[in-house]
Amino acid sequence: MIRAEGIFKQFGDQEVLKGIDFTFESGKTNLIIGRSGAGKTVLLKILVGLFAPTQGRVWYNDLDYTNLDKKGILAIRKEVGMLFQGNALFDSMTIEENIRFPMDMFTPMTAKEKRMRVDEVLERVSLGGVNPKYPSQISGGMQKRVGIARAIVLKPKYLFCDEPNSGLDPKTSITIDELISDITDEENITTIINTHDMNSVMEIGENICLLKEGKLAWRGNKDQVLGTDNEELDAFIFASPFLRKLVEAAKSNGKTTLENL
Amino acid sequence: MKLRYLADLGKFVLWQKEVFRKPENWGMYYKELIRQMYDIGIGSLPIVLLIAVFLGAVTVVQFYYQMDGTLIPPYYIGYIVRDMMIIELAPMVTCLVLAGNVGSTMAAEIGGMRQKEHIDAMEIMGLNTSSYLVLPKLIAAAYVVPMLVCVAAIVGILGGYLASVPAGLFTQAEYVQGIRAFFIPYNVVMMLVKSVTFAIILVSVSCFQGYFVKGGSIELGAASTRAVVFGDILILLSDYFIVVLLTT
Repeated sequence: MIRAEGIFKQFGDQEVLKGIDFTFESGKTNLIIGRSGAGKTVLLKILVGLFAPTQGRVWYNDLDYTNLDKKGILAIRKEVGMLFQGNALFDSMTIEENIRFPMDMFTPMTAKEKRMRVDEVLERVSLGGVNPKYPSQISGGMQKRVGIARAIVLKPKYLFCDEPNSGLDPKTSITIDELISDITDEENITTIINTHDMNSVMEIGENICLLKEGKLAWRGNKDQVLGTDNEELDAFIFASPFLRKLVEAAKSNGKTTLENL
Repeated sequence: MKLRYLADLGKFVLWQKEVFRKPENWGMYYKELIRQMYDIGIGSLPIVLLIAVFLGAVTVVQFYYQMDGTLIPPYYIGYIVRDMMIIELAPMVTCLVLAGNVGSTMAAEIGGMRQKEHIDAMEIMGLNTSSYLVLPKLIAAAYVVPMLVCVAAIVGILGGYLASVPAGLFTQAEYVQGIRAFFIPYNVVMMLVKSVTFAIILVSVSCFQGYFVKGGSIELGAASTRAVVFGDILILLSDYFIVVLLTT
């Protein structure tokens, strides 16, 4: 469980986060949603420790991450995997070297064990055989999957994904969402995804936090989205006129949950 | 503006604590060290050789022009070229060239990694990026740059020979006599001290500019330029202080 407690973040005169309190539940796919500029990425980076909050605390179970010493922070980071918006794959390394990098750096595994683990995670993301290629030689969707493979190679307890669907076509986005959701269930990890993709919200959002202008505007799960009377969520979710018409039609037939729809 | 430079200096000093922290995995650092040695040494060798040959050649021709018709014996030109190359030209010019060549590349490489979130990705893995990205470069440069400077000094002296003896400015015996005359081994020590100091300066300044870059490609270009400009200025300044310290 990761808990954000009274998180404020200010860059110069600009206050980006204004007192966020939210609990990201263990073993679930937690989503941080909101429009561009709402403060999603800043919150995610505070949770993972890349930014320090101006005020407030981040708890990893009983540990106050914001006040840990260097050793404590490193211990938590070894339990964290992260998929970046731009993948952050090292261009000069092959796919295999990219995935092997955390193992090379932090584990005493033998070369054979590392090779087997690389093959295992690549198979898990349905990319078996791409080991010798470079990131520039594969598509954007494949790069995302390699990013996921690298993030899970050390079997993390927490998986953070910053905009995993950005720049992908709808079908590939769904594949990535399903992959992240399946991995979360299989490995029983706590996943936190920062997204503005509607399909992600409706398909994998087990615990959702909606941000608006740096404040928590709504919390709930995917099943509570359609029946919401929260104006902010409604405006965000049904920004597409086509989707709004569809849902209005469904609601007029008395269907208010995803399953009914 | 002055305050910004002061703040940067403070940031640089505090950053050194991270740079010199104990590596997480010596093997990985060693691999990176070898890669950096190759990049700095072999990668810069052609330009260093080219510049050194012409430095020696121009120095000889220039001094021949100045001293022709005077009572100073011609072999003095060989002596002057040798000492100029060893004491000043080889270390300083080589390092100024390396600041432009290697320094800007390092700033751009690390800055690019910052912008593409590679550094964030490494931090999340638990890696001390300041150390992993800078320490191998520093050690590699401190080893390889003195070697490049030695090569530059030798090639410069050879360049002087090629520009003078075949052209008939003076005889081979006179040039060799000059090179062997009044040799002071301490001058080589001075050359090595300069080389190591300049190497540390050019790597530190370049990595600092790249590591803390913010913004987009324009800022990255500016950081790369700053790496070269500040590197050159600090090399020239430290050259003066080393000369004063080691010759008084």
